[in-house]
Amino acid sequence: MSQDKEPRRRFLRQVLAIVPAASTLGGATAVAVSQPAIADSSEPGKPRAYTPTYFNAAEWAFINAAVDHLIPSDQYGAGALETGVPEFIDRQMETPYGAGKLWYMQGPFHPDSVPELGYQLSLVPRDIYRQGIAACNDWCVKNLGKVFAELDRAKQLDVLKQMEGGKIHFETVPAKTFFNFMLGNTKEGYFADPMYGGNQKMGGWKMVGFPGARADYLDWVDQYNVKYPYGPVSILGEKG
Amino acid sequence: MAIKKDKVDVVMVGLGWTGAIMGMELTEAGLNVLALERGDMRDTNTDTPYPKAVDELKYSVRGALFQDLSRETVTIRYGVADVAVPYRQHGSFLLGDGVGGAGFHWNGMMYRNLPEELEMRSHHEQKYGKKFIPEDMTIQDHGVTYKELEPFYDFSEKVMAVSGKAGNLNGKIVAGGNPLEGARSDEFPTKPLTYQYSASLVEKAMRDVGYHPYPAPAANASEPYTNPYGVRIGPCNYCGFCENYGCYMYSKASPQTTILPVLLKRKNFEVRTKAQVIKVNLDASGKRATGVTYIDAQGREVEQPADLVLLTAFQTHNVRLLLLSGIGKPYDPVTGEGVVGKNFAYQYNGGINVVMPKGTQFNPFIGTGAGGVGMDDLNADQFDHGPLGFIGGASIRHVRYGGRPIKQAGTMPGEKVPNWGSEWKGSVQDAYQRTLTIGISGSVMAYRDCYLSLDPTYKDANGQPLLRMTLNWKENEGKMLTHIGNEMEKVGQAMNPEKVVKAIRKTGSSWDTRVYQSTHLTGGAIMGTTPKNSVVNKYLQSWDVPNVFVYGASAFPQNMGYNPTGLVTALAYHSAKAIREQYLKNPGPLVQA
Ligand SMILES: Cc1cc2nc3c(=O)[nH]c(=O)nc-3n(C[C@H](O)[C@H](O)[C@H](O)COP(=O)(O)OP(=O)(O)OC[C@H]3O[C@@H](n4cnc5c(N)ncnc54)[C@H](O)[C@@H]3O)c2cc1C
Ligand code: SF4
Repeated sequence: MSQDKEPRRRFLRQVLAIVPAASTLGGATAVAVSQPAIADSSEPGKPRAYTPTYFNAAEWAFINAAVDHLIPSDQYGAGALETGVPEFIDRQMETPYGAGKLWYMQGPFHPDSVPELGYQLSLVPRDIYRQGIAACNDWCVKNLGKVFAELDRAKQLDVLKQMEGGKIHFETVPAKTFFNFMLGNTKEGYFADPMYGGNQKMGGWKMVGFPGARADYLDWVDQYNVKYPYGPVSILGEKG
Repeated sequence: MAIKKDKVDVVMVGLGWTGAIMGMELTEAGLNVLALERGDMRDTNTDTPYPKAVDELKYSVRGALFQDLSRETVTIRYGVADVAVPYRQHGSFLLGDGVGGAGFHWNGMMYRNLPEELEMRSHHEQKYGKKFIPEDMTIQDHGVTYKELEPFYDFSEKVMAVSGKAGNLNGKIVAGGNPLEGARSDEFPTKPLTYQYSASLVEKAMRDVGYHPYPAPAANASEPYTNPYGVRIGPCNYCGFCENYGCYMYSKASPQTTILPVLLKRKNFEVRTKAQVIKVNLDASGKRATGVTYIDAQGREVEQPADLVLLTAFQTHNVRLLLLSGIGKPYDPVTGEGVVGKNFAYQYNGGINVVMPKGTQFNPFIGTGAGGVGMDDLNADQFDHGPLGFIGGASIRHVRYGGRPIKQAGTMPGEKVPNWGSEWKGSVQDAYQRTLTIGISGSVMAYRDCYLSLDPTYKDANGQPLLRMTLNWKENEGKMLTHIGNEMEKVGQAMNPEKVVKAIRKTGSSWDTRVYQSTHLTGGAIMGTTPKNSVVNKYLQSWDVPNVFVYGASAFPQNMGYNPTGLVTALAYHSAKAIREQYLKNPGPLVQA
C-alpha cells in the first residue's frame, strides 16, 4: 500500500471497520469487521423468523407464494423467499412510501391518461396490495377453485403471467398495476441493504456480484479486467 | 396579519448552486444577504456520513434528497390543447430540495458550452442561411458570448475542483484534452480521473473510428485541492454512489463541499430554512420589488423586505415565482406574445449498449458521477448539418455511475428476456459484468408550442397553482438522435464486442415522464437582447423589474447537448460582477432597453 493512500484508509477505518480493498492483486488483507447488528437465527436457505405487521395471514400467504415465482431460488443464486423479501415488503407498508406520502395525491385523477405521463391512480401502495390480493384471490377461487397461495405452482405462474399481461380484469385495481408494484418491491427487497429486511445474508448482492456498502475503490479503478475479490458488506457492518 | 421582518440588502430564494455563489459574491461586496430555503439544512457530516450515505433504497429509489412531491410538483401535457396531469412520482427529472439544492445530489458533469451554442440563431443563419431554421423553432442568441463568459467558467471550475484536461489553451491545441472546446485561459484545477476498464475501451474505440475522445470534465475531484475560497476538497474514491447522493468523501463539488463552509460563517449572511417563498412583492408601480413573502416552518406568512431580490430557486421554480408574482408578461403560444414561460426545453437522450465477450470483468460498481470519456465531434455545430436537415447535436460520453443493483442491474441488452423468474436472474447476472453504455446527451431546440404556465386545476400544499409543462419531442430532435445513434454504433462495433444494441428513441414517440432522463430542464425566463425576446438581460436582470435577477437554466433560450451547470454558474458569476461593479453604484437597468 503506497504511503499517500494510508491516511484515506485510516479515515475509512475510523468511520467503520470495513475491510479495506487491498492495493495489490489477490493480497486480501484480513481486517476484523464489526459483527452484524441483526442477530441471525435463521437456518441456511431460510429467512429469519418474522411476523408481518401490515399484511394479514391470507395476504401474507399470497405474498410469499407470489415472490417465490418472481425471484425463485435457483442455480443463479438465492431467491426472494430465502432473502426475506416478504419481510421487506411488509415493512415498507409501514413507511411513508407505503402510505403514498411521497407522492402528489391530489385529484382530480385521470387514470386513463397515456402510461408515459406516469402513475395517475388515487391508490397508495397499501391499498394496491390489499385490494389487489383480495381481487386476485377472488378471481382464483372463481376460476380455479382455490385462493392463489393454494394453487399448484404451474397455475400460480399462469395467473401471474396473465396479471402482468393485463389479461385478468379486477374491479378495484388494474391487475397489471398490482403486479408491477409487487414486482418492483420484490426487486427492491432483493437488492436493497439488508437493514430493510430483505436481501438477507446479502443473497441478492451475491447473485449479481455487487459489493454492497464498500463504496471505496480507488485501488481498484485501474485494475483492468480483473475479478474484484471481496464479498459484500452491509451498512450495519455485516460481512457476506 | 403577516409578520414583517427587518429589511435586508439582498434576499435570495433558494440556497443551491446559484444561491451559494451569489451569497458568496454579494456578502463579499459588503451586503447583508439572506437566503430563504424551503427545505432543511443539509451537510455532509450530518446528512450523508459513511456508510449511511450509500443506501440505494433511501436515496435513489425513495428519493430522500429530492423535492417532496406530496407538497409540490408540476403538471405535464404534450400539447397546447391537452389537459395536463400531475407528475405524481419521481421519474424523468429529480428536482432538489434543502440547502445545496440539486447541487447536493447531482453528478458533477461540468461542461462549458461550445462558443457557437451561445449564438445559436445568428451562427446558423450565417452558416446555413435564414431558411435553415424552421419557422416554429424559436431559438435565439444568449446575448452573451463565450469569450465574455470564459473567465467565469474558469473560476467556477476552480471553485468546484473540476478534474479534466485542457484541449485548447489560449487557442493552442494541446494533447490529451478536447481539441474542439472553446479556448480556455487555464488548465483544469485537478488532473483527470482515472479511466475504468470500460472507459479505456471506449476511448480507444472512439479514437480508432476517428473521433477525438477526452477525459470528461468532472466536479469529482481527482486529487486533493484547495479552492479559491480556501476550502479543501479530497479525492474521489470511485465509490459508485454519486448521482442522487451526497458525497461522503467531500470530493464531489456541492455548495456544501466548496462554498458553504466559508459563506455560512460570514456575519453578513443568514440562511433561514423551512422558508417557502410564495411570491415576490412589488410596489404600486409594479416596476420595483420590495421583497418577498414566504411561509415559515410554522405555516405563518412572513414578509421579508429587501432592496434586491434574487431568484435562485432552480429553473422551474424561478419561472413559477415570476408567474405567481406577475413579473413580466406570460407567454401565449397562440399569439406568440409575452415571454415568461417561453422556450421551455429539455434534453433528448439515447445510448449505445455494448456487450463484451463472456468473462469480461468491468466491475461496474466502481463508478463516479461524472468521470469517464467524452467526445464532441457530434455536438452542436461541430459537423456539417447542411445535408442532414436538423439543428443541434449531443455530447457523448461513457461514464460509469456505479453498479447499484436496484436501478443499475439490467438484463442483457437486445434480448427479449422476461422481467422476472429464473431467466431474468440469469440474464441480469450475465449482463452485469460485461455490458457498458455510451450515453448520448442530445440538445433540444425551443419551439413555439413548448412552454411553461400556471396550471388551471392543480395546487400545491399552500394552495398556489402548480407549474404546467407543455412539451413533447419534435422531428428535429428525432433526426438528430437517429443520425448520432448510427454514427456511434460504429464506435461500439470498434470494440470487438459480442454485440452492439442501440437504445435510440423512435422518432415520433412521446416524452416518457416515468423514466429518469436528466434534470436538465431549461428556459422559461430566457435571456436575450431586448425585452421583446427575453425575460432577463445578459446579466440575468429582469427587464420589467430591475431589482430582480433570475439565475439558473431558466435563462437558456434553448437546450444544449451539455449538462447545464457549467453555464449556470458562469452566468451567475458574470452577473455578480456586473452587480458589484455597476448595479450597486447605480441601481437600475444594466442594459438599456
Ligand atoms: C440527479 C441529478 C443529477 C444532475 N447532474 C448534473 C450534472 O452532472 N451536471 C450538470 O451540469 N448538472 C447536473 N444536474 C443539474 C444541477 O443540479 C443543476 O443545474 C443545479 O443544481 C442548478 O442550480 P440552481 O441553483 O439553479 O438550483 P438548485 O441547486 O436546485 O437550488 C435551488 C434551491 O432553491 C430551493 N427552492 C426552490 N423553490 C423555493 C421556494 N419557493 N422558496 C425557497 N426555496 C426554494 C430548492 O429547495 C433548492 O435548494 C443534475 C441534477 C440532478 C437532480
Ligand atoms: S464517486 Fe467520488 S465524487 Fe462521487 S460520491 Fe463517490 S467519492 Fe464522491
